[in-house]
Amino acid sequence: MSYINPIKRVYLAIEAWFNLSFGSAWNPLYNLGTLAFFFFWVVLISGLYLFIFFDTSLSGAYASVEYMTHDQWYAAGVMRSLHRYASDAAIVTIMLHMFREFALDRYRGFRWFSWFTGVPTLWMVITLGITGYWLVWDELGLYVAMLSSQLVDALPFMNSAMARNFVGGQLTDRFFTLMAFLHLLGQPLFLVFAIWIHVKRLSFVEITAPIGLSMGSFIALLALSLAAPAVSHGPADMEKVTAVLNLDWFYLAVYPLLDYFTAGQTWMITLGITFFMMIMPWLPPKKTGHAAEVHLDHCNGCEQCADDCPFDAISVQARTDGARYENEVVVHPNLCAACGICVGSCPSSNPFRQKNEQLETGIDMPQFPINDIRERINKAVSELLGDTRIIVIGCDNALDFAGLESSDIKVLSLYCIGMMPPTIVEYALQKGVDGVLITGCRTGDCYYRYGNKWMDQRFDGSRRPILRGRADRDRIKVFRAAETDCKNLRSEVADFRKQLQKLNEAETSNQPGQAHE
Amino acid sequence: MKQKPVISLGKLMNKVLRYTLQVFNYTLFMAIVWYFSIQPPYRQLEEGQAVVTLSFSHAAELREACRRMSQEELLKLPPNMRLPTSCPRERSPVTVELFLDKKLMTRQVVEAPGLHQDQGIDMFHRIKVPAGDHKLRVSMNDDVKVEGPTYRFEKDITLQPEEQVLVDFNANSGGFYINILPKR
Repeated sequence: MSYINPIKRVYLAIEAWFNLSFGSAWNPLYNLGTLAFFFFWVVLISGLYLFIFFDTSLSGAYASVEYMTHDQWYAAGVMRSLHRYASDAAIVTIMLHMFREFALDRYRGFRWFSWFTGVPTLWMVITLGITGYWLVWDELGLYVAMLSSQLVDALPFMNSAMARNFVGGQLTDRFFTLMAFLHLLGQPLFLVFAIWIHVKRLSFVEITAPIGLSMGSFIALLALSLAAPAVSHGPADMEKVTAVLNLDWFYLAVYPLLDYFTAGQTWMITLGITFFMMIMPWLPPKKTGHAAEVHLDHCNGCEQCADDCPFDAISVQARTDGARYENEVVVHPNLCAACGICVGSCPSSNPFRQKNEQLETGIDMPQFPINDIRERINKAVSELLGDTRIIVIGCDNALDFAGLESSDIKVLSLYCIGMMPPTIVEYALQKGVDGVLITGCRTGDCYYRYGNKWMDQRFDGSRRPILRGRADRDRIKVFRAAETDCKNLRSEVADFRKQLQKLNEAETSNQPGQAHE
Repeated sequence: MKQKPVISLGKLMNKVLRYTLQVFNYTLFMAIVWYFSIQPPYRQLEEGQAVVTLSFSHAAELREACRRMSQEELLKLPPNMRLPTSCPRERSPVTVELFLDKKLMTRQVVEAPGLHQDQGIDMFHRIKVPAGDHKLRVSMNDDVKVEGPTYRFEKDITLQPEEQVLVDFNANSGGFYINILPKR
């Protein structure tokens, strides 16, 4: 088994634990982005309800929040708790999202853009939470306002002490109008824009969490809101500096730094960490393979590759080569992840074509063309020995299955399992292989996002190109696993071997005197 | 073709156990959310501490007084810029010292902001002090032409724990004073 770094090993163990209890479809770690969206929806809806009762005035803000918390605890109070805890849960989810991408090394190479834009997006979420704490205008709100002002005052372009507003009695209701505008409209709008940029290089962006996961999360949030309702500190009092505060560490962790560093140093620390995180994709950089290439002489402009590309790297334009087809596809090399999924999508990637010549397809990977894949299958078929001759087809990003190679097992690793045209499986079986075992990333966790899903859909006939009915499904097995699941793979191979033996015996008994080919 | 889940739940792993594990995971998640949303408490003041906040806005004196231009100087200027007096815009830096019971608690030297250093300064500085009776003394120099403080202020103050007292300044009403903070 190849070396797996300890962080990745820990992460994969946690992921396996969640698979055990949630299954892959509901596994929260496979749905961190959509789960964050779900929490934002809870925040939005609860926030709109709270705004109905919120008094945007200096003297009325705290009283209105207290009314919601205590007098109307059953509705607005619960909503306030949902608002608080869903905001916190969103931060936890985002942090886990970042940890996951880091642990699985999915933040470098072609993924740099999502990571790079994700870091400032996290800050936008945090500042949105900070303005929310101001609005309560309790002792914590005053603390946050005062220290935020000190931070703002330290910026070089600020030439007046904003913090004076919170001690000099200069504060007016307009401040609350401004804060309410920022918190309710300004910041959320910028956040939506930032999220749009964050996912700009992805296609098929999912924003809805699985219903079961959403329901479970909501019930958990509701239970927490009822068990430990969110409450305020005492009212803001400018004559007083509250000694002990119950900080929300998810949002306010930066403020205690001001007790140890000047505002300027605090800026340097936070900006330094932010900058470091933003440049992480280049520390060191990860090389992305050569981009896919279009071969117009084999492309009929069906657009399937453009539909399947998980990174929006293929666009469609009018035909330029004078062929009778209406459109052609264009690969944008700077966006291409070199996953090869487009090769699996192309109907021309059919190994039954051009049998006695070089197999060429409409879109191909220059360093691992479809012809090489067919040649590898042909070579494997000619070398396989024994009663249960198996070809294992997998990907470079899941478990290391090279160790399975033996006289009756040959392995073929692709960039992504989505790179495999379904006809390759049919081709291998027709060439006389007893079975094809397909492996790849864990279900729900494809390194290239949609390789597993597209393969499943091609196999069940809901996505082109399909696995034709003539391919014997009993001789095809799919086992997906992470790098740490090698033991499971060996037992799966053993099971598959037994299954193939039975099939071979049954076929032999049905056709006496005819050996299985 | 049969697809097998990533990790087989096995025959013993029935739905009840699976949902029990889910409840455990949700509970753990929410426990983390709840705990760090209010815990651990943060202590910004030690037991028995209060805060003296030194905060004011003030435009310091000009570094140089206006003076009449000599004939030679005027002749060097373009005709439309020959004003009889020259008034440099630069203001003096402001130096403030705050003593509590004769102990220097802070000394702030602030240059006037602006491209020409001609704007007023804004001071905001918080000092954590022990609660109780204290002799407060504040002095300021806002004029480079003057040696020593241009403003002085002394007052006996009594601070309760967690109390904040604001030392403010208004040149028009004689200098430093204790600003009574509004309760909101």
